Amino acid sequence: MKNPISNLQKVFESRIRLGIMSALMVNDFLDFNALKELLELTDGNLASHLKGLEQQEIIVVSKQFIERKPSTTYKATESGKELFRQHLNALEELINRN
Amino acid sequence: MKTKNKDPKEDLLAIRNMMERSSKFLSLSGLSGVFAGFCALAGAAVAYFLILDSGQIQFDNYLLSLGNTSASTVRFYLAIDAVAVLIVATLGAFYFSIRKSRKANQPFWTNPTRNLFGHLLIPFVTGGIFAFILVSGNNIQLVAPVTLIFYGLSLVNAGKFTFGEIHYLGLTEIVLGIFAAIFINHGLLFWTLGFGVMHIVYGIVMYYRYER
Repeated sequence: MKNPISNLQKVFESRIRLGIMSALMVNDFLDFNALKELLELTDGNLASHLKGLEQQEIIVVSKQFIERKPSTTYKATESGKELFRQHLNALEELINRN
Repeated sequence: MKTKNKDPKEDLLAIRNMMERSSKFLSLSGLSGVFAGFCALAGAAVAYFLILDSGQIQFDNYLLSLGNTSASTVRFYLAIDAVAVLIVATLGAFYFSIRKSRKANQPFWTNPTRNLFGHLLIPFVTGGIFAFILVSGNNIQLVAPVTLIFYGLSLVNAGKFTFGEIHYLGLTEIVLGIFAAIFINHGLLFWTLGFGVMHIVYGIVMYYRYER
């Protein structure tokens, strides 16, 4: 039988990235401030994690202006969601084994 | 917040917690419901004892039997009564929910809060306008079923953005609204059950489940 650990995604090892992705699984999109409030992080810290997720194409970023104010929103990609589901299944299997 | 973690159970717990917190309005307090229920009971008592003359005559027949001028006076007082109940109950709902979010050190106005209000207000305002049209016309006997049904639909629509009980409270209001339409002479009774008693019952259940 395949070792479930092989399905654990390295990118979700960090609790912060796990948190970002959990929030984006149940919301179509979220803006920077909403994520900041949810995760209780500093701007810099959150930005660096978002950058990491963006580089691995787990999330996409879109910038637009809402009432002349810049707004950055984040959305999970389909492949990102699939990776997250694999990660979840692997976590579940680990629990069932122990 | 820990950055790395090896316990899968804790990871799953964190995921679940974040999913709930980011998609649901968890500041809704059961006390809001209890307070709204008592407002409705008070409003119903005013309607029954002061405006409708202790229900000596069954209320919609009574209204229909009145001459034009006194009927519009009664309608006017009933509408004022209902609007007063709505305003006081809403203020109370905000007060208890904001208090709950402060206690939990959580922001009140978040994405789920906006979603909740958006989904609540569309059927709610529609029902309010419709009820107002019924009151201004000669169809006041339909106001109790219409307000119950539209309020129930609002709660069902908004229920997915907060605790599951709200969905069932919505279904209960819809069923009571349909009964109020069948037993049209007892509109005030069903209205009191739906807006008074059910708010108190569900409010107490939610308070004991989530706030103690």
